[in-house]
Amino acid sequence: MGKQTLEFEKPIIELEQKIDEMRKLSDQLDIADEIAKLESRVNELRTNVYSNLSRWQRVQLARHPERPYSLDYIGLMTTDFMELHGDRYFGDDHAVVGGLAKLGEETVMVIGQQKGRDTKSNIYRNFGMPNPEGYRKALRLMKLAEKFGKPVVTLLDTPGAYPGIEAEERGQAEAIARNLFEMAQLRVPIVVAIIGEGASGGALGLGVGDRILMLENAWYSVIAPESCSSILWRSWDYKEQAAEALKLTAEDLLRQKIVDRIIPEPLGGAHKDPNFAAQALKKALLEEITSLSKVKPDKLVDNRIAKFGAMGSYSGK
Amino acid sequence: MSWFKRSTKNIISSEKKDLPEGSWVKCEKCGEMLHKSQLEDNMWTCNKCDYHFRIGSKEYIEILIDRKTFKETDKSLRSNDPLKFVDTKSYKVRLAEVEKKTGLTDAIRTGTGEINGHKVVLGCMDFQFIGGSMGSVVGEKVARAVDRAVKLKLPLILISQSGGARMMEAAISLMQLAKTSARLTRLHKAGLPFISILTDPTTGGVTASFAMLGDFNIAEPGALIAFAGPRVVKQAVGKDLPEGFQKSEFLLDKGFVDMIVHRKELKGKMTQLLGLLES
Ligand SMILES: [Zn+2]
Repeated sequence: MGKQTLEFEKPIIELEQKIDEMRKLSDQLDIADEIAKLESRVNELRTNVYSNLSRWQRVQLARHPERPYSLDYIGLMTTDFMELHGDRYFGDDHAVVGGLAKLGEETVMVIGQQKGRDTKSNIYRNFGMPNPEGYRKALRLMKLAEKFGKPVVTLLDTPGAYPGIEAEERGQAEAIARNLFEMAQLRVPIVVAIIGEGASGGALGLGVGDRILMLENAWYSVIAPESCSSILWRSWDYKEQAAEALKLTAEDLLRQKIVDRIIPEPLGGAHKDPNFAAQALKKALLEEITSLSKVKPDKLVDNRIAKFGAMGSYSGK
Repeated sequence: MSWFKRSTKNIISSEKKDLPEGSWVKCEKCGEMLHKSQLEDNMWTCNKCDYHFRIGSKEYIEILIDRKTFKETDKSLRSNDPLKFVDTKSYKVRLAEVEKKTGLTDAIRTGTGEINGHKVVLGCMDFQFIGGSMGSVVGEKVARAVDRAVKLKLPLILISQSGGARMMEAAISLMQLAKTSARLTRLHKAGLPFISILTDPTTGGVTASFAMLGDFNIAEPGALIAFAGPRVVKQAVGKDLPEGFQKSEFLLDKGFVDMIVHRKELKGKMTQLLGLLES
């Protein structure tokens, strides 16, 4: 059990604590039956709570402070990870990590947005909010992958691109736009996985690919529910409604044909068993890479442009 | 996350800056009283301070395209409201209201036309339509404009004015950034020019996609051009922003636009550029 409890998890935690207390008493008292009863109740409750999560509750799980981040997945899924640094123009952005690694038998270029876990590492990682040089580093690594014929895997997990003065000066918009343009025509397979928060253009800047995977409790949209609430409802209090309206869960996005495949998480979220989530993701990545590797580069690029070209919903000719 | 915020505040207060009613208009910048006919002759710029009033696709087409050569395309495309989005009002109602008010079917008009005899494919956004936000229709019309330019072997000009991606189509709007940018690779591959004209304001998802991808990025003077709007940046950094931050002149200085062109010189510059490329 983690230290951090979300509001909707409290009934479960309370029951778990009760069971723990009863166990301590069970030397003196014969209460094994009662404990068993409570255990089946807590299991039922868990299944019930986690299979009926509201969209806002999923957003909270996606932001859970113990949720695995890009480097955790890289550590659990790959071997021989060799991190590469810098965009060669300005600097090295710590909110984006990337490098070569072995995924199964396959050498891949893996690139991800990286959050920190405590105050110090969050400052170092800029809370997972990339600056332009983060996107440019990612592009440099993707071009390397193209040169050496290696597939690209990107992991999306960001509350947004950093809205800072220097970020604007150095062309945050241009950096993201350039990545969309270049990723669309990269001549090696790209598999994208949204592992946590997929907030807007900041996430999409690493998000153009041949297959889009999404973890069960991740969210992906044009805006965070709180900001959406503040703009459309002109109040911060409508985040639950905003999350519902935005239809931002993995299931929603599969239905909208934006995501191709949902990666299952352990009951209660990826942080309950990071290795379970990582192995499920690894399996899916390898399957997708294997099937994409058979496609010729020209066809791969054509299909990718057509894939995004099909997104949208309009009527008229 | 937050970059969207400021830009959509623009959406809400868009009425304020739209072309004013009545025959006398006060300049937003210097306060000069200008007669509407004089303003129109001056291409909706202030003759005293050069302030560029915000105008729509109808005016830009008049300014840029030779008379009677503009043929609008894909006019009937309308959003399907794929998410049945409702906030304080339903998106469906919003769309119907703004169409009734503006006579526009979405935030961009596209077509073909001539600029002093040079044939081009043109797209021009309208801020009046839900803050010039990009959803399915803008994405599809830009994509089709690219296809048309490739097919007809013509240069593409896109005039941007936008608060960003349209919230009411959520992730589908976000994907329009990828859709339009991806499609532009085909124009690039065909060796055809893409001229991006950035007007006030061009922010958020439109800046972070096609507007910044021009072979030539050309801005109107004093236009706000940004990823995150100034209010969001100010909130994030907690300090005052530098003078002229995120204005056209700032972007020229930082290397993100090729030139700033006064609206009265826009057609001349386009003619010159197209001539240079064609000969
Ligand atoms: Zn003036």
